[in-house]
Amino acid sequence: MTDFKKLDRRQVLKFGAAGAAALGAAPLFYSRNAWAESFRNDPGSAKNVTLGFNVPQSGPYADEGADELRAYKLAVKHLNGEGDGGMMNTFQPSSLKGNGILGKKVTFTTGDTQTKSDAARASAKRMIEKDGALMITGGSSSGVAVAVQGLCQESGIIFMAGLTHSNDTTGKDKRRYGFRHFFNAYMSGAALGPVLEKEYGKERSAYHLTADYTWGWTQEESMRQFTEGFGWQTTAAVKTPVGAGDFSQYITPVLNSGADVLILNHYGKDMINSLTQAVQFGLRDKQVNGKNFEIVVPLFSRLMAQGAGDNIKGILGSTNWNWSLKDEGSSAFVKSFGAEYGNPPSMAAHTCYVQTLLYANACEMAGTFYPPEVIKALEGFKFDGMGNGATEYRAEDHQCFKDVLVVRGNQNPSSQFDLLEVVETTPRSQVEYDAKIFGGELGPYKV
Amino acid sequence: MDAIIIQILNGVDKGAAYALIALGLTLVFGTLGIVNFAHGALFMLGAFCAVTFNKIMTLSVKIKDESVTLFDAYKEEPYLKIWFGETGEALIDYAVPLSILFAIPIMILVGYVMERGLIRHFYRRPHADQILVTFGLAIVLQELIKASFGANPIPQAAPAILAGSANVGSWIGLGDTLVYPWWRLIYLGFSGLIIFSVFAFLQFTTYGMVVRAGMRDRETVGLLGINIERRFTIVFALAAVVAGVAGVMYTPILPPDYHMGMDFLVLSFVVVVVGGMGSLGGAVAAGFLLGIVQSFASMNEVKQILPGVDQIIIYLVAVVILLTRPRGLMGRAGVMEE
Amino acid sequence: MKKIASKDSKLLLIFSGAVLLMPLWLAPFGAAYPDLLQKFAIYGIFAIGFNILFGLTGYLSFGHAAFLGVGSYAAVWSFKLFTMNVLPAVLFGVFFAGLLALAIGFVSLRRSGIYFSILTLAFAQMSYNLAYSVLTPITNGETGLQLTLNDPRWLDSLYKVAGEGLPSTELFGLKMSGYPGFYFCAIILIVCFFISLRIFRSPFGLMLRGVKSNQNRMNYTGLNTRPYMLSAFVISGMYAGLAGSLLAVTDPLAGAERMQWTASGEVVLMTILGGVGTLVGPMLGAGLIKYFENIFSSFNSNILHEIFSFLPDGIENVMVKVTGLFVGSGWHLTLGLLFMIVVIFLPGGIVEGAQKVKNLFVSNDQKGSAESSPEKQAVE
Repeated sequence: MTDFKKLDRRQVLKFGAAGAAALGAAPLFYSRNAWAESFRNDPGSAKNVTLGFNVPQSGPYADEGADELRAYKLAVKHLNGEGDGGMMNTFQPSSLKGNGILGKKVTFTTGDTQTKSDAARASAKRMIEKDGALMITGGSSSGVAVAVQGLCQESGIIFMAGLTHSNDTTGKDKRRYGFRHFFNAYMSGAALGPVLEKEYGKERSAYHLTADYTWGWTQEESMRQFTEGFGWQTTAAVKTPVGAGDFSQYITPVLNSGADVLILNHYGKDMINSLTQAVQFGLRDKQVNGKNFEIVVPLFSRLMAQGAGDNIKGILGSTNWNWSLKDEGSSAFVKSFGAEYGNPPSMAAHTCYVQTLLYANACEMAGTFYPPEVIKALEGFKFDGMGNGATEYRAEDHQCFKDVLVVRGNQNPSSQFDLLEVVETTPRSQVEYDAKIFGGELGPYKV
Repeated sequence: MDAIIIQILNGVDKGAAYALIALGLTLVFGTLGIVNFAHGALFMLGAFCAVTFNKIMTLSVKIKDESVTLFDAYKEEPYLKIWFGETGEALIDYAVPLSILFAIPIMILVGYVMERGLIRHFYRRPHADQILVTFGLAIVLQELIKASFGANPIPQAAPAILAGSANVGSWIGLGDTLVYPWWRLIYLGFSGLIIFSVFAFLQFTTYGMVVRAGMRDRETVGLLGINIERRFTIVFALAAVVAGVAGVMYTPILPPDYHMGMDFLVLSFVVVVVGGMGSLGGAVAAGFLLGIVQSFASMNEVKQILPGVDQIIIYLVAVVILLTRPRGLMGRAGVMEE
Repeated sequence: MKKIASKDSKLLLIFSGAVLLMPLWLAPFGAAYPDLLQKFAIYGIFAIGFNILFGLTGYLSFGHAAFLGVGSYAAVWSFKLFTMNVLPAVLFGVFFAGLLALAIGFVSLRRSGIYFSILTLAFAQMSYNLAYSVLTPITNGETGLQLTLNDPRWLDSLYKVAGEGLPSTELFGLKMSGYPGFYFCAIILIVCFFISLRIFRSPFGLMLRGVKSNQNRMNYTGLNTRPYMLSAFVISGMYAGLAGSLLAVTDPLAGAERMQWTASGEVVLMTILGGVGTLVGPMLGAGLIKYFENIFSSFNSNILHEIFSFLPDGIENVMVKVTGLFVGSGWHLTLGLLFMIVVIFLPGGIVEGAQKVKNLFVSNDQKGSAESSPEKQAVE
């Protein structure tokens, strides 16, 4: 029986290589029904398991991708019982043993997504087809995350999303095989709303500049929903082309529009450019309706703050995690990452590290690599000690629910890394929502 | 009314940037007959001259943040400030305009080496070969910058005195609502100056006359016993300098990153071709035209009627112009038409 | 003439063999896995088609990615609306790409040289920008058009009950992912190569080459060259549409960035790298670029340490550092250097370069026969 069992999908596909294409379908069909545990890239009795780290290594998010890769390598080290263990020591409840995953040593393969859906899928396919990766993780934009997540569902490979912030990833486009630890646009709005109300009052009129693609739209929608909820007016919401470079023609109409808040639904380079230019046009020195003009950037990270320089100082936004947090898990992670690489981890690095540990832990809990069982272990999993307080992977949409940080660009940084100041930790209960509001279907466990 | 004037201003400003980038490209195109896909990379190199200069100016004593023990976190105190006090601070404040002086010799050198070492051997090669070699060069240059500066944009501040906005409205008697950033006005003036200088150089010097003659008919000029080759080197270096200083001055508007050259490459080709091949004036005119049209297409009032028109307007105008005027705005017959 | 014909059949036979046996001979290079093999075949088709326009007429289109994208979108919509069978998808892809090529070609071919290039570029960029933003209801914008469980699939629903998960693309029951997908693409590639060969040898191809060498002279003979040019443009657009639809067949997703100028530029580079106007050059160029993109980018420091593990520790670390610049996140650098080296040392691209090297080693009396080899004929 074991002999037959070895005839898994991958080997069948290999037989296909010999030219026997027609042979393919039949044994596949039998093997799948006869032994339910047979699955894509089953490590079987091999000593190693391979994880696929698919991050942007070229293009605008290359630095973010490099940091993600550092975090993944650290996670692999810790899983294999090397180094100081980082968050493995604070993670609760943990089934991790520090001897790899299910006793198999963890190895990895890397690839470049180029922040393009096509390239990211090609890279993920290489990991699955050539390197035998059991799980794919990474990414620095929602378009790529959704595209790779779809591929992983079709291939029966689990996808642990990296940095992706669109509501769609675990909403309209959610998949059974895809999991997101990072927060989303809705949560940004829910966390930022009350702080904006407190800081800037109820009587404000906001002007939105929105990156003209799916992430930008969901971000604008969420921000409008929450700010209009406590009485802000929306003067205008203008879509800007992605990668516009010079935003002057979109910023000048803000000057005399009567709005007293500018909300920049931009990310990455677009945000750095539009913010730099908005400040240059004197928006922050302006008085409108007897109030100080304010700029809000709903999502930003330390790396982006670095690119925006002095312009980000004093600006409110939200973030998934920051290295200055003092809880046990964060300290352990920052310590371990800092000792290894000499700089603090970014929020992208944090989410990627956590995702890797969570996957490994789910395999240990399930006692198998068989994806449907691993998925069931992750669904509804409650944990703590990973830097965001008590967290839950909601079963209905595979979205993690945890506290959200509202941050402000630091006015007086004490060092080159001290760019964000945490204004408030919004409790998880305040950012939760009904999984049904964004639609979508998870799809089947078995593929 | 204000809205329209300010969009014209935006358009002129944008146009100045386009024209400045296109100017060097069309020089190389028209004079040397080289399709230079590395022109965007020259623009990027210029911007990184400013970054490097800034780094040199702000070489610092590192004051460790003792509260962070896990890695080296520090505050920086530039030597210039320690040594010269306020004068030093003022120097750092003016790093961007000062770095022009730093960028010019470097860009001359880059242009010289590029022309002598590579471009020269491609004058007689098909355009296809030129495209491949210059594209390859552009990739190599930007990867080298990425390897040494990272991929994240690096902010460059304009001098503090120029950080605010000028009250343009009160200059022309239109009240206080019409304001425009000082630095953008400076950029506009600077572009005008550079464009004017290049024209003057070509128009009023004997040197420029020979180059213009070379643009028209290279062989005859060569037959006259004039060393056209050497002049070509100088033209290429000139193009590199124009692209480079354009990059330097643009850094306070657009924090530079290694990919910025590619982002401007396609646009600069469109500007040059819409202007017409072999015409410097055409490139400048096309730059301003496209800048202004783009600004107007981005107005809310326009976008409400034609959603998304700001995304395509440049290409739309390019198509209309190329179809109504066979050789762009002011192109000469027979240049790059094969 | 007969001699040429027999040479051609030999070439076709060698080409087919090399393509079909790719899973075997590419294995030592680490490239023998279905996705990359599919990409070789598909981008080969794209480049061969591009070469019909650029290689024969000298007209450099900088907007061919638009046709690739339209082919993909049409194919995915066929999967969503009608059936998961790939044949209609391919037909739709080719049809709509051809239609778009007819429209763009009709307008753009009124100009020549660089003006033509910029016109095609402008049309493609407009398609890309619109697909990314306002056309999102049709293209699904940044995320890309994907299959969903709610798609109607009218034809399939007539005789099949939808399964629990997403269906896969198939050719009358044979799944089009993995190796079957590769063989499907490979056979189409061979057919496309054959058609391209016939076009190169036909009076039509001769006419197009006449345009390349001197369009005015052609016009003086009283011949209107535009219908010929337009046909070449549409054929090459259909090749691109075919490639685009095959991308969707092997992986049902269509993203807007397929239409961006960088994608148009890529096929230009593939063709020039391999050799403009040669028959097999574009295919070689396509393979090389895709190989670098997929394999060189995957080398990380761990793999490098393994490779250099035979060296003493100090030297090993230095070697890893140095080579690390050129692989992994530095793969673009290697690609850029490759472009420069090829064009500097092998003018005319890889195929012509190889020809010259071959001629160096073949003595004079044998030279005659070497020059009439198939590739060389294609050049002339």
